[in-house]
Amino acid sequence: MSENYQSFEYDVLVIGAGGAGLRSAIEASAAGCKTALVCKSLLGKAHTVMAEGGIAASLATVDSRDSWQQHFSDTLIGGNFGNHWKMAELHAKQAPERVRELEKWGAVFDRTTDGKGNINVRHFGGHTYKRLAHVGDRTGLELIRTLQDKGVHSGIDVHMECTIYALLKDGDRIAGAYGYFRETGRPVLFKAKSIIVSTGGIGKLFSVNSNSWECTGDGFALAYLAGAELADMEYVQFHPTGMVWPHSVRGLLITEGVRGEGGVLKNNKGERFMFNYIPPKYQGKYAETEEEANAWFQKVVVEGQKEEGVKERKPPELMSRDVVARALWNEIKAGRGSEHGGVYLDIASRRSAEDIKKKLPSMYHQFKQLADVDITKVPMEVGPTCHYMMGGVKVNPETQESTVRGLFAAGECSAGMHGSNRLGGNSLSDLVVFGKLAGENAAAYAKLTSMPKIDDSVLAGLNKEMNQPFENKGEVSYAILADLQTAMEKGAGMYREESLLDGCLKDLEALKERLKKVAAEGNRLFNPGWHVALDLRNMLIVGEALARAAKERKESRGGHTRTDYTTYSKDFAKKRIVVRKKGEAMEIVQEDLPQVPAELEAELIKGGFLKAEILKQLRGEAPAH
Amino acid sequence: MSKIHMRVYRGNSEGGQLKDYDVEVAEGMVVLDAIHNLQATQASDLACRWNCKAGKCGSCSAEVNGKPRLMCMTRLNEFAEGETITVTPMKTFPIMKDLATDVSWNYEVNKRIPPFTPREGADWHWQQKDADRAQEFRKCIECFLCQDTCHVLREHDKKTSFAGPRFFARIASLEMHPIDGLDRTELLKDQHGIGLCNITRCCTEVCPESIRITDNAIIPLKERVVDKYYDPLRMLWSAVTGK
Amino acid sequence: MDTDVRTQKGLGVTLRQDNWWGEPLAIASALITFIVYMTWAALTPTGPHGEIWYKWGSYISPAFSPYISPSWFKWSPAILILWAPAGFRATCYYFRKAYYRAFFQDPPGCAVGEEAREYKGETSFPFILQNLHRYFLYLAILLVINHWIDLAYAFTKEGPKTYYVGVGTLVLLVDTILLTFYVGSCHAWRHLVGGKLDCFSSCPSNNIRYKIWCNVTKINETHGFWAWASLFTVGFADLYVRLVAMGVWTDYKIF
Repeated sequence: MSENYQSFEYDVLVIGAGGAGLRSAIEASAAGCKTALVCKSLLGKAHTVMAEGGIAASLATVDSRDSWQQHFSDTLIGGNFGNHWKMAELHAKQAPERVRELEKWGAVFDRTTDGKGNINVRHFGGHTYKRLAHVGDRTGLELIRTLQDKGVHSGIDVHMECTIYALLKDGDRIAGAYGYFRETGRPVLFKAKSIIVSTGGIGKLFSVNSNSWECTGDGFALAYLAGAELADMEYVQFHPTGMVWPHSVRGLLITEGVRGEGGVLKNNKGERFMFNYIPPKYQGKYAETEEEANAWFQKVVVEGQKEEGVKERKPPELMSRDVVARALWNEIKAGRGSEHGGVYLDIASRRSAEDIKKKLPSMYHQFKQLADVDITKVPMEVGPTCHYMMGGVKVNPETQESTVRGLFAAGECSAGMHGSNRLGGNSLSDLVVFGKLAGENAAAYAKLTSMPKIDDSVLAGLNKEMNQPFENKGEVSYAILADLQTAMEKGAGMYREESLLDGCLKDLEALKERLKKVAAEGNRLFNPGWHVALDLRNMLIVGEALARAAKERKESRGGHTRTDYTTYSKDFAKKRIVVRKKGEAMEIVQEDLPQVPAELEAELIKGGFLKAEILKQLRGEAPAH
Repeated sequence: MSKIHMRVYRGNSEGGQLKDYDVEVAEGMVVLDAIHNLQATQASDLACRWNCKAGKCGSCSAEVNGKPRLMCMTRLNEFAEGETITVTPMKTFPIMKDLATDVSWNYEVNKRIPPFTPREGADWHWQQKDADRAQEFRKCIECFLCQDTCHVLREHDKKTSFAGPRFFARIASLEMHPIDGLDRTELLKDQHGIGLCNITRCCTEVCPESIRITDNAIIPLKERVVDKYYDPLRMLWSAVTGK
Repeated sequence: MDTDVRTQKGLGVTLRQDNWWGEPLAIASALITFIVYMTWAALTPTGPHGEIWYKWGSYISPAFSPYISPSWFKWSPAILILWAPAGFRATCYYFRKAYYRAFFQDPPGCAVGEEAREYKGETSFPFILQNLHRYFLYLAILLVINHWIDLAYAFTKEGPKTYYVGVGTLVLLVDTILLTFYVGSCHAWRHLVGGKLDCFSSCPSNNIRYKIWCNVTKINETHGFWAWASLFTVGFADLYVRLVAMGVWTDYKIF
């Protein structure tokens, strides 16, 4: 079989064609490198299209008080200082430029209403000021379409519906990638001087998730198997508002924009419970009574007054996602949930039907069509859903290079930018900021090196692995996938504890054994059962890394909540958990997390962007919970 | 849980046929759920594209009881009890396997459309009312259902001389962009064959994003072509004034 | 079933289960009825003994207005007028859809098979002439103005200073309003008033044109409705005037 593979040679190979992949390919190509983009789906279908709310950048077009320093500080506080500060800094500084660049490439953002004709920005959880440039509630689609159209006219080769099964190395450096075209099943070899993985997240590991089938953690596993280190794998974001009913759409995302436009969360007693869950780090920044929150809503959202002149503070529904998700979970657990096991998100009683349809068209559409619910008349039922992976491939913050020479990572599958919890809107900006950096540096590296050599004998082994399911006589892949999702949800979901994590790891071991015997029907021609069987290897690696890292971090922080260690811990505040391959085993180590330089920290505190006591709490030096 | 009867097209480039299945379904399910159940329980190698399962990516296009639809947005309770649900791949495009078709032609057409090109010295301050028209077309999720239903492509197979509704919407988003400085009228008329469209509106009827493709994209573009090529008085005026 | 549904072709081939043929059938019937009636009416301005059927009192059938009857023209004067509205409707972006589907089966319905034949769309004669729609629009605008003048007369009975409102006045009023909306919602009109602009906010005149364009757009969304409604009232107005003139119906005075 191995002689029958197709073969290509590139300077830069980008795996994954979401926002980060496209942006990096555009950059690498612009630098004069022969560049290819490989994606599992058709071009333009990547999970980026699901991003709804907007792209965060301190453009300050609506609130002139905004600045990169404030964006930087918000990102660190949102991430509970689990972030790599340098990435957060680069991100905050470069995001506005990247957004304007998108506009120059044809993106049509919503405009400000003040007649000045700037890019309009909206509110989102955890951001101090209005900061999200947006296009209705389909910003991700706008981003991907803009980059797609820019990309196809930049001379990039696009290989659609192609799955990479393994990264290849030449000594210590990256040498290429081997995989198969999904449509034909035909194997393909890409020789490349540098490779960027931008394969997105891991949502499909959990049974309730907002992700598409593609989000199987390929980039994490490919990089791990190639010897790269993964970091922060315990930090998984559960978005507070996923659909809970009907069952077939459970987990499907409801944009935070609903709350941005005035939607409120209520339990089955009709109480707005979020006032009871304001953590110390957000105290003083959010409204403490319903009257105050309503006044803010009336002035800022309904009347469109400038927030600068409004003395009331914003409603607590707009806090960061980890805080809101935990609050929901507690309400549901305490028996104050809705009919189908969620809570109520009510926009119907807050805005006119016309406004709702205009501001949140796809949400209106989604509920009407999928749940027979008219959100302009009745509240939605919502519950937490696995949404985003903060952890990923450990990269150099300035170059996005992993610990393997020539292997880069960008977007959701890289670690560090978001710390323990990502703020809404920071994902799209992450994609373009670090996509550009990865493309630039991958190109620079490619220009310095010669084409690596690839050992043909490795390919024969990979072919044998890939074909194994057709030799096996056992169960097909779907049952294993379902059991994996259940195991992860139960053992490493929103709330974790030692014994549950141990149980999860045990389950994963058993699943690994089953996977060895997994069978595929039919042949290699567009065969989803076989595709899932191969993706499962990646999912099991990521699941294990996640559970082991979660077990190692004995504290609660952002997207990592332990019922047996409920507070921030001083011992872990300045550490990051790193996962790497040692022989056939998975090794877990604690590394020092680089800290914000003292001068910069002092400057931020002096400028009022950060509060010293919050810093202390997050570092476990003062009580917080 | 209850059972429904489905007929699903199974085949590849060499041919195929409808196969009968009984599928377990639950309340609130869509056609795509039923297909997934089929894959999980009876036909693990049944090929079908899908991604977001929320009507936002446009991957799971197929024909349900003969109508081009997104499978993820077609609820099973739309059908009468006991009704057989027939699912076939899009007819306009060559089949790969089962419900997956080769839509690469669309990507080639897109490549032939000159990209967004800002006017030199353009003022980047512009208003929402200038953005509205382009934004409607930019809602397109590229499900290609409009291309599938368009009889110019489906029945007359004019793929070499006709761009199809999806790309008229794309061109409209560029032509009506207040900053774009290119004129694509000649291309529209010659290369993209807008004259082949006889505005029978099937594209608009089928669009899952409710884009008014015919009224807001194709007809305005046809009128722009008329301005340049078919309006004798205007052409005379241009010849005399040089405008 | 062993046949490959993907390779089946031909008129009416489809997997659709609904009555897709209902709409083209209804449209074809309605259009044929209208065309047959209107042709007869246009060719029959007067009765067998020369009695005038095309007008009664100050009412004039919309098919005969403006009434131009040069001495060299031997046929019905309606022929001199009707080609213009007929051309407007024949090249109308709504009616094109309706009759391409209903009369030419091109296509008979969405995702329904057609007969195999050479297809040139609107790129060759005669359909390339559809591009002249805007010229018929100019004529239609003149005719609409003429209708409003006729309508003003319909509010009188004996001389310009006498006021009269009969059922016929209302019939002509509704017809004139619907025709105005039909012409005012025309796609070519929408293009000319502002649709052709790329930037609405760049100068004050564009801002005004934007406002007009917005209003035209609003009624343009229901262009098909105006097209049918005005088609019906034109036919009915002619029938009404004719039957009153024939003495079959009596025009009731309202005030």
